[in-house]
Amino acid sequence: MRPSLTWVPRLTLAALLLPVGAGLWGVIAPLLGLVHIAGADPDQAIADLLAWPGLTDASALSITSGFGATLMALALVVLILSQLHGTRGLAVLRRLLSPLLSMPHAAAAFGLAFLIAPSGWIARLFSPWATGWAQPPDLLILNDPWGIALTLGLAVKEAPFLLLMSLAALGQIRAGQSLLIARALGHSLSGAWLKTVFPAVYRQIRLPVYVVLAYSMTVVDVAMILGPTLPTTLSVQILRWMSDPDLSLRLLGAAGALLQLALVIGALAVWWVGEHLIAALGRRWITSGARSHGIGLLRPIASGLGTASAAVVLTGIAGLLVWSFAGQWSFPDALPAPLTLRNWQRFGPALGAPIQETAIIALTTTLIALILCIGSLEAEARHNLRPTTRAMALLYLPLLVPQIAFLPGLQVLLLNWGLTSGRWVVILSHLVFVIPYVFLSLSDPWRAWDRRYGTVGRALGASPNRVLFRIRLPMLLTPILTAAAVGCAVSVGQYLPTLLAGGGRIATLTTEAVALTSGGNRRAIGVYGIAQTCAALIPFAIALTLPRILFRNRRALRPE
Amino acid sequence: MTTGLTLNSLAISRHGAPLVQIDTHVPAGEVLSIMGPSGAGKSTLLAALTGTLADGFTTTGRVILNGRDITDLPTEQRRVGILFQDDLLFPHLSVGENLSFGLRAGGTRQQRKARIFEALNDIGLAGFYDRDPATLSGGQKARVALMRMLLSEPEALLLDEAFSGLDPELREQIRALVFTRARTRNLPVVMVTHDPAEAEAAGGPILKIG
Repeated sequence: MRPSLTWVPRLTLAALLLPVGAGLWGVIAPLLGLVHIAGADPDQAIADLLAWPGLTDASALSITSGFGATLMALALVVLILSQLHGTRGLAVLRRLLSPLLSMPHAAAAFGLAFLIAPSGWIARLFSPWATGWAQPPDLLILNDPWGIALTLGLAVKEAPFLLLMSLAALGQIRAGQSLLIARALGHSLSGAWLKTVFPAVYRQIRLPVYVVLAYSMTVVDVAMILGPTLPTTLSVQILRWMSDPDLSLRLLGAAGALLQLALVIGALAVWWVGEHLIAALGRRWITSGARSHGIGLLRPIASGLGTASAAVVLTGIAGLLVWSFAGQWSFPDALPAPLTLRNWQRFGPALGAPIQETAIIALTTTLIALILCIGSLEAEARHNLRPTTRAMALLYLPLLVPQIAFLPGLQVLLLNWGLTSGRWVVILSHLVFVIPYVFLSLSDPWRAWDRRYGTVGRALGASPNRVLFRIRLPMLLTPILTAAAVGCAVSVGQYLPTLLAGGGRIATLTTEAVALTSGGNRRAIGVYGIAQTCAALIPFAIALTLPRILFRNRRALRPE
Repeated sequence: MTTGLTLNSLAISRHGAPLVQIDTHVPAGEVLSIMGPSGAGKSTLLAALTGTLADGFTTTGRVILNGRDITDLPTEQRRVGILFQDDLLFPHLSVGENLSFGLRAGGTRQQRKARIFEALNDIGLAGFYDRDPATLSGGQKARVALMRMLLSEPEALLLDEAFSGLDPELREQIRALVFTRARTRNLPVVMVTHDPAEAEAAGGPILKIG
């Protein structure tokens, strides 16, 4: 008998689920008194949490930013796809997707902050001729107490993710045929898309939408940059408790994490009910016989909003770039007077260590994730395993359980077991988030590979391993490199796992960049933000160019 | 020892439902054509012969090739060559590397390379060693696929609608080449097709299933 590979999917699931399970245990057990933290009393912690004056505002903020960002991102994607189906505009947006997606959240948030701040680029462009401002106005645009900047920032950053997942779903359903038939029945193009294509697309992007909702409710790094300060969001407050030198506050943090988890579960339930209400209304609309010709009028809005949201993120990065080279830059000048290398000379040397740490963690995590994912997919092929819907849902679980709900528990447990946190713990914690994205990115091309190549190879006398290493992996080099780039980008962007699993001692580009928030040194933020963006984009550049070079004489495999 | 390919009461069922039953002997150098509408289990039968049946299929009976019982052998040990409708040349390898992949292990590097050059000469593609398979014409691809299979020294040959992707003129030519080579090497051939003319042209017995 050949060695069985069936243990690989199990190991992969364990790498995903054990940290989440242990983390949740580490949050709940101390509160139940099952695990003792020196100097902390469970009842007191819960009482302290309830007595915290910011509790209502922080909880409300979590809910509004979560629903607000998810609704806006989803609406934008639906608008773009229904109005721009098959247009050149959509093709352009599609090409921008990878850079938009891979950009670390923190860098995108800083970019947005530099754009919309009272002294930001937008205010500068309109001053003083339109606004009359000679000084930056005293407006609370950033870090507004209602979390509007936070919600908008999340919406523009999450929309590309939902767009990508929708485009992948569109590839699996026969959208073209449905549209043709609906239009032959007299429906407008966008009406036909909403009535015949969207229900099928939504069924496929449901879990990604839940991921966006859970993420937007609980994000930490973006909230620290764009969110309100007093009180902060619940997630940021939990992090403060967890990183307080007073260890007894860890239990308060755990209580907060549990509340945060409950809020997310409640929100997901509300969303689920909402889905059914919308579905019922939609069914009524579909069967009403309306041909919906008016909807086409929304087309300019769709292109406008699509362009604007991509432009916001990209201009934000341009802003980081300009600030990183800015000498004197007084308001309301649109550009700094002298461009200088001084900022890079000043902050550049300190970048070396975090760049190295970021690279080691990202490359190791991605390599492990690739081996586990390829092993799982190969096991699926060799043993004719079919992943069940439940197994696929498990893949999404680490993305649905908020980081701020289980990572503190992991920290508590490590502390309690006397384990030192460090690079390996960080890598294990990154794996939890890297594996799902690598798997999602690789599984479709892997399964789409023509298995007859394998049959031919085997009939020519090659063993299954030889077929894997000599035929399948080389033929799938392009999607494998893309999946690796996705994995690296996910790892580079991780803030909370690096901070909590690393015990605050592992400094990556992302933790260093976010730590600059409070200081407000825009030149330093520009330098770190650009370094962070490059760290996420360079793997994509390699994934794009390497196959072109390697396959320059292999037309069938050269990416177009 | 009987030479040739014997399907000894071979029966394939899918989730318990019988799909194909066949009991026949294909002598060395002869062609057995199997005809049937799509869904009759033609490709399933070939998958049973190559050992690549998907889950859910069960087989009873034996497959004997030149006296060897290959029923339970892994695909790579059966020495059963197969050609599909598509050439399925490995797109990441050059024409020569594709052939080297097929050539049975053994011999020095120089000897192996010499064999490949000889084989390329043989199919009228001298100088094609470094070519990208994607740049070949349909007929050239079909010849490379055939030669790649022959270099692995199979003891039987399966054809899965192997000629239906080619235009009529070329089809004639490639079919003649394949059958000649199979006969010279004394290979039993099993060909599945949905095209009566194709089965007729093979010149051997025709078996209808489904």
